[in-house]
Amino acid sequence: MSEATAVLELRGVRKSYPGAVSTEVLHGIDIRVDRGEFVALVGPSGSGKSTLLNILGLLDRPTSGTVEILGEDCTGLDDAGLTKLRGRSLGFVFQFHHLLPAFTAEENVYLPLMADKGHFEPGMRERARDLLGRIGLEGFETRLASRLSGGQQQRVAIARALAMSPALVLADEPTGNLDQASGQQAFQFMRRFNRELGTAFLLVTHEPRLAALCDRTLTLVDGRIVGGETGPKGSPAVA
Amino acid sequence: MRFELQVALRFLQEGRVQTALILAGIGTGVGVIIFLSALIAGLQESIIERTLGNQAHVILQPPDEVARPQLDRANEAILEHVQRPAQRLRSILGWPGLLTDLRRRPEVVAATPTVEGSAFALRGTANRSVALRGVEPESYAGILDLRSKLTAGTFDVTGTHAVVGVELAKELGLAVGETLRLVAPNDRSEVFTISGLFDVGNKDLNLRWVFISLRAGQTLVDLSGGVSTLQLKVRDIFRAEEMAQEIRAATGLKVDSWMTLNAQILMGLRSQSSSSVMIQFFVIVAVVLGIASVLVVSVIQKGRQIGILRAFGTRREQILRIFLLQGGLLGLAGSLAGILLGTFLALAFQSTATNPDGSPIFPVALTAVLYVRSVLVALGTGLVGSWLPARRAAALDPAVAIRYE
Ligand SMILES: Nc1ncnc2c1ncn2[C@@H]1O[C@H](COP(=O)(O)OP(=O)(O)OP(=O)(O)O)[C@@H](O)[C@H]1O
Ligand SMILES: [Mg+2]
Repeated sequence: MSEATAVLELRGVRKSYPGAVSTEVLHGIDIRVDRGEFVALVGPSGSGKSTLLNILGLLDRPTSGTVEILGEDCTGLDDAGLTKLRGRSLGFVFQFHHLLPAFTAEENVYLPLMADKGHFEPGMRERARDLLGRIGLEGFETRLASRLSGGQQQRVAIARALAMSPALVLADEPTGNLDQASGQQAFQFMRRFNRELGTAFLLVTHEPRLAALCDRTLTLVDGRIVGGETGPKGSPAVA
Repeated sequence: MRFELQVALRFLQEGRVQTALILAGIGTGVGVIIFLSALIAGLQESIIERTLGNQAHVILQPPDEVARPQLDRANEAILEHVQRPAQRLRSILGWPGLLTDLRRRPEVVAATPTVEGSAFALRGTANRSVALRGVEPESYAGILDLRSKLTAGTFDVTGTHAVVGVELAKELGLAVGETLRLVAPNDRSEVFTISGLFDVGNKDLNLRWVFISLRAGQTLVDLSGGVSTLQLKVRDIFRAEEMAQEIRAATGLKVDSWMTLNAQILMGLRSQSSSSVMIQFFVIVAVVLGIASVLVVSVIQKGRQIGILRAFGTRREQILRIFLLQGGLLGLAGSLAGILLGTFLALAFQSTATNPDGSPIFPVALTAVLYVRSVLVALGTGLVGSWLPARRAAALDPAVAIRYE
């Protein structure tokens, strides 16, 4: 197994939420995603998919175990380090489009670039327009996000997730809030970006129909990956 | 544009109604501060102008003669009550040297010697007790510019010319070119020709003051070569007392400043200032709380957006700055609105109450310093008000912010 091709590697990740009764949600997860892979994460509601996605998206820390992004162990990083790695290497698409409603479509797409640089540069607009064009939104660049349809908003969110050319995009039920046609369309665009740009995707979905179209499927049940298929096809499992 | 500034502006734009309301609040607060400050500063300026216009800031006089207790030889007891001796008119010893020294001080803007005494002014059968002012016209103009207050004639006190006030002229039926006899308590007397009439805006002074030359004054009150006071104007009028004490310690003379001579006025001014400061302080506190509460609500409302910003790589400090900037921008914009409002109020107030001659009864002092100070105060208020909300926004856990909506 070559570290160079892994964009994401989880080893023995556990997560419990503190409370009156400390509940462990994830019980030792080992996952590996390679460059350019398109992976589905499925499982019943409450099995811990979102919790897992937050951890490998560096939005949350595991209680124990390690997360490696592009071969870098994130355990010792402080908030600033995590934020930087997250901004540059990962993209996010959430179930509820989660655009900034007071910004236009193209502004939403280039905001991650501005946040990274600290200021606006004309090239950022070019980049945003190019991505919006590729996702079928030419003509909507300067429309306020709040005035786009649900399907359009989700496509803007996908374009935004790709703005920083991340190695991996994490999508938590990106089609869950869309009608079937829009969901299908959003999925097709992600698949196409995956093929054209080589961006890896980890996609949480409840739709077996979509999971079947992915390279492989990880199944999470009660905080454990079941089925043994934790690593890429043709490579031994990391466990 | 800066990333933080763009997001801050857009957030403010997004919360249109809240932004408009808090801007109105800040504008009202700043408007009140400007109006109040301008009014009080204007009032104080005119009180000080009226008080100090005809008066030196620091006055040096010979020391009081100290009475010595005398032994009563008959019963060898010390008399309990020691009477102050009558103060004879005396000169300040070595005054020319002292005057030169005083004039060299950077904080002294004008210094002049005078001979002051009382006298009777006689014309025909009419007579009137007056206050003699023997002056050096050139240097005296630095203390009180009588040339600008003449209603007739010229300010000429050479030889046996005198300048009197309009009230005295009316009382004695005097006009320019006519004569008047001045009689000192020591019975020396001299006839003077009136060269000009003044009006210093004070009925009592217009009746009592009679200006003659320093030399004529010295002769009349028998103070040959001497002067009875040295009068100073200083740069910072509120340091006058400090200077007076310093000069008193250095010379042993009796030195008074306008501040002790007008203690009640000064106390009035100070309590005016402190009540104005109090009001401004509470206005600022109210504005800070207003900004803070608006932004706290905004942080809660925008929790999900903050989570998104954090997810795509926005750092904590950037979130902090986005909210501080909103506070700062609200303060700035609010202060501009407040300047318009305060200026309008002040000018409107000034124009409603006027003296018969059209000059305002309550003149307002709208100065650049006041405006700049207001903008800075509002900016600071905005930053202080946004500090807590900004900290909360920056501390928001992105995973939580995105999960709950
Ligand atoms: N912040 C939290 N504090 C306490 N418990 C939590 C927290 N977040 C999630 N959980 C619990 O962890 C478990 C897994 O939740 P999670 O949202 O990861 O499930 P999921 O697989 O994404 O479900 P769904 O398919 O419904 O989105 C649930 O039992 C949930 O109640
Ligand atoms: Mg979930």
